[in-house]
Amino acid sequence: MDPIKKIAYNCRKATFLIEKQQLSSITLKEKFELKIHLAGCSVCKIFQQQSILINKMVSKHLADQYKDLVLDKDFKDKLHQKILDTIHRIN
Amino acid sequence: MDNSLGHPIFDKNIASPGTWVSQYADYLFRYAMSRLNDEEQARDLVQETFLSGLEKLDNFKGISSEKTWLTAILKNKIIDIYRKKSSRSNQTVSTEETDYDRQDFFDPENGHWNNQHQPSPFAVEHEDLLVSKEFNKILQQCMQKLPSLWFSVFSMKHLDDEATEFICTELKVTPANFWVIIHRTKVNLRSCLQKNWL
Repeated sequence: MDPIKKIAYNCRKATFLIEKQQLSSITLKEKFELKIHLAGCSVCKIFQQQSILINKMVSKHLADQYKDLVLDKDFKDKLHQKILDTIHRIN
Repeated sequence: MDNSLGHPIFDKNIASPGTWVSQYADYLFRYAMSRLNDEEQARDLVQETFLSGLEKLDNFKGISSEKTWLTAILKNKIIDIYRKKSSRSNQTVSTEETDYDRQDFFDPENGHWNNQHQPSPFAVEHEDLLVSKEFNKILQQCMQKLPSLWFSVFSMKHLDDEATEFICTELKVTPANFWVIIHRTKVNLRSCLQKNWL
């Protein structure tokens, strides 16, 4: 198989490059190969869009899930007391 | 003398541990929860963070805010946990990880998607998914199913935006392996989302 055909059919390699490109840089040759692949592979294009979406969700929205979460008062009171006791010991 | 006893002191060079719980406990708890998703572990870490903070009070120079300083202490503790978990799973040659590897997403010969694993559209606009609580929850559940080394690598990269070299050093993975993990994690996560969302 000639090199162009090889990349054109290799979705494993293409999805690997899609991942690497989002977090780092890929070489010009790799960019070219990926472009050719994506031009002919709609499945990997879907993968790319969804991969970008997942990254966005993880970095921006995952933390939001806990935004209303608080520690219970009892735990906090005890912890506060423990801190005060430790300060007394140190001083 | 006892500046540290919780008087409202606005000199940022002086730590005031007496106000730590009321000011930072919930914040630190949420920080730990979003990275570990384990309530008991997160509570313990909040406590440990404050106690190490007290021990290291002399190191607090007020160059960063108290909040930043305490968060850095907590972050190191979380990385410790990641490290322990992943070295444990490395030792046992992580059966979970090999299970994952057995899922043949791609044809071993030509690297093409195997039919049953081909990505298909999510059938909902991406903008809507971004704000969907339910989708978020499924994502979280899918992340929890990842082998622990993968989870650690993935959250250090995406939640904390750590440098690749730093993650490799901390978790003892080679750069080549790092990219393999990033790739496999995403292929698996995406597939998990598709399975559980549709």
